[in-house]
Amino acid sequence: MRTTTVVVGAGHCGLAVSRRLTERSIEHVVLERGEVANSWRTQRWDSLRLLTPNWQSRLPGYNYRSHGGTDPDGFMSMPEVIEFVSGYARAIEAPVRTGTTVTSVRPSGAGYIVDTDKGRWECETVVLATGGFNVAKVPDLGGSLPAQVSALSAFEYRNPQRLAPGGVLVVGASATGVQIADEVHRSGRPVTVAVGEHVRMPRLYRGRDILWWMERSGLFDERYDEVDDVVRVRKTPSPQLVGTPERATLDLNALTDQGVRLVGRLAALRGTEALLSGSLPNKCELADLKLGRLLDTFDEWADESRLDTVGPPERFASTRVPESPPLSLDLARGDIRTVIWATGFKAEYPWLDVPVIDRKGQVRHDGGVVTDSPGMYIIGLNFLRRRKSSFILGAGDDSGDLVDHLAGHLDSLVAA
Amino acid sequence: MTTASVDNGVNVEHLLGARQALSEAPEAAQFTWKATNEWLNGTHSRSAVDSYHGLGEEHQHRSTFTFEADHPLVFGAEDNAATPVELVLAGLASCLTAGVAAVAQNREIQLRSVKATLEGSMDILGILGGDPDVRNGFKDVKVSYDIDADATADEIKALVAQSQKRSAVYDIITNPTNVTVEVN
Repeated sequence: MRTTTVVVGAGHCGLAVSRRLTERSIEHVVLERGEVANSWRTQRWDSLRLLTPNWQSRLPGYNYRSHGGTDPDGFMSMPEVIEFVSGYARAIEAPVRTGTTVTSVRPSGAGYIVDTDKGRWECETVVLATGGFNVAKVPDLGGSLPAQVSALSAFEYRNPQRLAPGGVLVVGASATGVQIADEVHRSGRPVTVAVGEHVRMPRLYRGRDILWWMERSGLFDERYDEVDDVVRVRKTPSPQLVGTPERATLDLNALTDQGVRLVGRLAALRGTEALLSGSLPNKCELADLKLGRLLDTFDEWADESRLDTVGPPERFASTRVPESPPLSLDLARGDIRTVIWATGFKAEYPWLDVPVIDRKGQVRHDGGVVTDSPGMYIIGLNFLRRRKSSFILGAGDDSGDLVDHLAGHLDSLVAA
Repeated sequence: MTTASVDNGVNVEHLLGARQALSEAPEAAQFTWKATNEWLNGTHSRSAVDSYHGLGEEHQHRSTFTFEADHPLVFGAEDNAATPVELVLAGLASCLTAGVAAVAQNREIQLRSVKATLEGSMDILGILGGDPDVRNGFKDVKVSYDIDADATADEIKALVAQSQKRSAVYDIITNPTNVTVEVN
């Protein structure tokens, strides 16, 4: 089979690219190993809601209102996200081939050959939209957990009831870690959270959603080629946010108030002991200072724009760090029965037979343009082109830019 | 990168250039730091540092640096030099202060004075073998900085916080490290 562009992955990014290609009458297919919005269907825990308020769910040619939504300040549950992304696929009539697993992508002449379990595609251009978060990262801690402790990743976690009774160690305190810690602790299983570097954010600031501030102040639009350290910002963990009907803040103080125990980063496993870093005060202070700078930025922007629709500036209490957090936990003692890895996600590309993978297993690219392999693009990664790139609303501008570039590349092929 | 008016004596361009170069050639980033030590008498010994390995080759320090250590009079020793644990505090302080200067230079903050006071508290029943539940090492370490700089209080706090984030000795002290000791 032959087409101009193969898009790999029918999540919101792949679909946004499809819409942009359709706008330009570029023939294409979207190959999807499962169903539309597959990761949202299969790799999320039961209670998860989007971090972004509903009004921020917008894609090229589609938004929350045109989807028929009536709660702009709410946060979509997973069934609602699946329905939103599926509704988008229908609305834009995306040429999606579901149940089609890509087994290889490799260069061929001026284009690519994409092999799938349903046959071969030949094309000029390929867009990788498989997501940046499809494999759970579990750190190498130089040892293994005792047999009596069960371990699962955030992808395997579904709800507290499936866990053994007893204590739970949640490793990681970004969005995933704090949300799971909160829910598991409420189920009566005492939770300890191992806290490394994290990004603290209140849900609401001066009466507005913190992501309203991120968007309206222009911070979400900050470009990858404008920040002084793109490597660092791309590795920035997801903010400690949760989308709840109460619009509650879920920072470390909120967890402490509930009785969750905070300890330092899990540094190593030695025998049956989990060794914890003594760096907890520093990690909390870094996050507090960073939050202060973020709020300063928002306040300056609000002053300059003479905003009168927001409340007065606020500052939040410093993170309360326990006096002497333990430096080790004996996992054989029985008080911790489960370890949940909330230590981040990464992408894997075992089917990509193109020499564009760096030593960390990630695709080398310049703002989504895979410059080492003309005609190849990637979308849906952290800070791909803008701070908002990994959020649903980031797909619009990124897909527009990349399909502009892709169209230019097709023109150059014709000219040659 | 930096303005002429801010000079903390740190060559930030060199450091940033090294980061760039070593990200592309990670094998050159593998360094080995070395020291030798020789017993003098009693608890008194002398360490020497003269070379290290990095950037794919051996490097000599500009001269051989020596550090003596001993135990204090209250331990029945001669107190010829600082105790080893005080050298650890000195190492932590030097590492953090170097970081403060480098971060300040990168952030274009002029430093006027940077002073640190360190305290490591220890229950010496641990090293005396007097109580098996007491560890040998520090119970905790407190570092207190007095910094005079052209910056706000929060900017100065951020310098110190960032310095900890990038400090080798802070990492060595706060995180476990495999240590192998052999006898030839």
